[in-house]
Amino acid sequence: MATATETKEIRIEEKDPWFGSKERELMVDPLLDNNPITIQVLGVCSALAVTSLVYPSIVMAVAVVFVCGMANLTTSLLRKSIPKAVRLIVQLVIIATLVTLVNEALKALNYPVYKQLSVYIGLIITNCIVMGRLEAFAMANRPWRSFVDGIGNGLGYGLILIVVGFIREVFGKGSVFAGSGLEFKIIGAGSTYAIDTTTPDQWGSTFFGWYANNGLMVMSVAAMFIIAVLIWVQRARNPKLVDVS
Amino acid sequence: MGDLINIFIKSAFIENMILAYFLGMCSFLAVSKSLSTAFGLGLAVIFVLGITMPINWLINEYLLVSFELEFLRFIVFIAVIASMVQLVEMIVEKFSPGLYAALGIFLPLITVNCAILGGSLFMVSREYSLSESVAFGLGGGFGWFLAIIAIAAIRERIRYSKVPPGLRGLGMAFLLTGLMGLAFLSLSGIDPAVFAGWQPAE
Repeated sequence: MATATETKEIRIEEKDPWFGSKERELMVDPLLDNNPITIQVLGVCSALAVTSLVYPSIVMAVAVVFVCGMANLTTSLLRKSIPKAVRLIVQLVIIATLVTLVNEALKALNYPVYKQLSVYIGLIITNCIVMGRLEAFAMANRPWRSFVDGIGNGLGYGLILIVVGFIREVFGKGSVFAGSGLEFKIIGAGSTYAIDTTTPDQWGSTFFGWYANNGLMVMSVAAMFIIAVLIWVQRARNPKLVDVS
Repeated sequence: MGDLINIFIKSAFIENMILAYFLGMCSFLAVSKSLSTAFGLGLAVIFVLGITMPINWLINEYLLVSFELEFLRFIVFIAVIASMVQLVEMIVEKFSPGLYAALGIFLPLITVNCAILGGSLFMVSREYSLSESVAFGLGGGFGWFLAIIAIAAIRERIRYSKVPPGLRGLGMAFLLTGLMGLAFLSLSGIDPAVFAGWQPAE
C-alpha cells in the first residue's frame, strides 16, 4: 500500500516540476516576444521620465519587479475570496500597500534617488502592467505560477527601461551609472573622462575633438524615439508581431 | 487670480502631462485611434482631474498631514480616485444620459490613468494651495485633452499613408508623440509671469 502512494506522489512531482517548461516560458516570454512595453504597450506611463540615467532606471526596474511579483502572488493567494464586483478596488489596495513599502524603503535607504524618482515611484500603482497581470493572470492561476509571471513581466519592463536609460545616458551625458558608486565617465570635456575631448595634444582631443553630447537625449522626448526604434527593430526581425489594425 | 492663470497655462502647455511627463500614456496610446473616442476620454479626464484634485487636497491637508499619516498617502489617494470615478459615473448616468453615453466606457478606465494620481502627487510635492490645485487640475486635464485629440487626428490621417510594416500602428504612435513633444517644447517660450499681476476688470 505504502509503495503505491509513494509512486503516485513521485509521478505528480514529475508532472509538475517547480520550475518546468511552463514556468520558463512565463519568465522568458515577456522579455522579448511578449514584452510589456514594446508589444503589449502597458505601463509606458510612469517610467519613461526616469530613464535619463541608468542608475534610477535600475532602481525603478527593481521596484517594479518586486511590486509585480508580490502583487501577483498576493492576489493569487486571495483569488478565491475576492468578490468579483469589488476586485479592482481590492487589487488597487494590494498594489498600493506594496508600493508604499517600496517608497518607504527607498526613502530610508537611498534618499537622493528617492528625490530623483519623486512621484514616479507612487505611479507604479497605476502602472498598467501590474494591474493587467493581476487581472489577466493572477486571478485565474495558482500562486507560484502567478509569482513567476509577475517577475517575468517586471523583468521585461525593466529590461526596456535599462536599455533606454543606457542609450540616453551614454549619448546625452557621456557617462554610465552616474549617481551610483560605479560611475564611469566615458567621453566628455575634462580630464575625469576616459576620452578627454578638450585637453590639447592628447589622442582624445585629436580624434574626438569634434564630439559633443546630444542635447536631445537629455530631454524626455528622446525616450519616445528610442522606444519607437526598439519596436521597429523587434517587428522587423519578427514579422508575426506587426500591427495589422 | 493672475497666479492661477499662470498655473493653468503652465500645466496645460509648458509642462504638459503627456508630452513632458508621460502621464496617462497607456490610455493615450490605446484610445487615440479615432477622434471621437479620444474626445470623450479627454473630456472625462478634465472632469475627473478637476474633481479629485481639491478633494485629495482637503484630505491630504486636514487628515493626512495633521495626523502625521503621510505614509498612507498612496492608498488614500487611489481609494479617493477610485470611489470618485465610481460616484461621478453614477451621477452622470442619473442626470445626463447623453454625456454618460459619450463618456460611458472611459470613466472606469480613468481610475488607472496615471495622469489623475500623478496630478495629485505633483500637487503634494509642489505644495499647491487649494485654489492653485484646482487650477493645476483643470490646466493639466486641458493639456491632456489637447494632446490626445491632436494625436488622434494625426493617427486617423496616417492610416492611409505608406508606413514601414515594423512601425505600423504602435511604433508610429510613439514617434508622433515624440515629435509632438518637441513641438510643444516651443511653447516653453511663453512667459507665464505676464499674467502674474493680472486682476479681473471691475
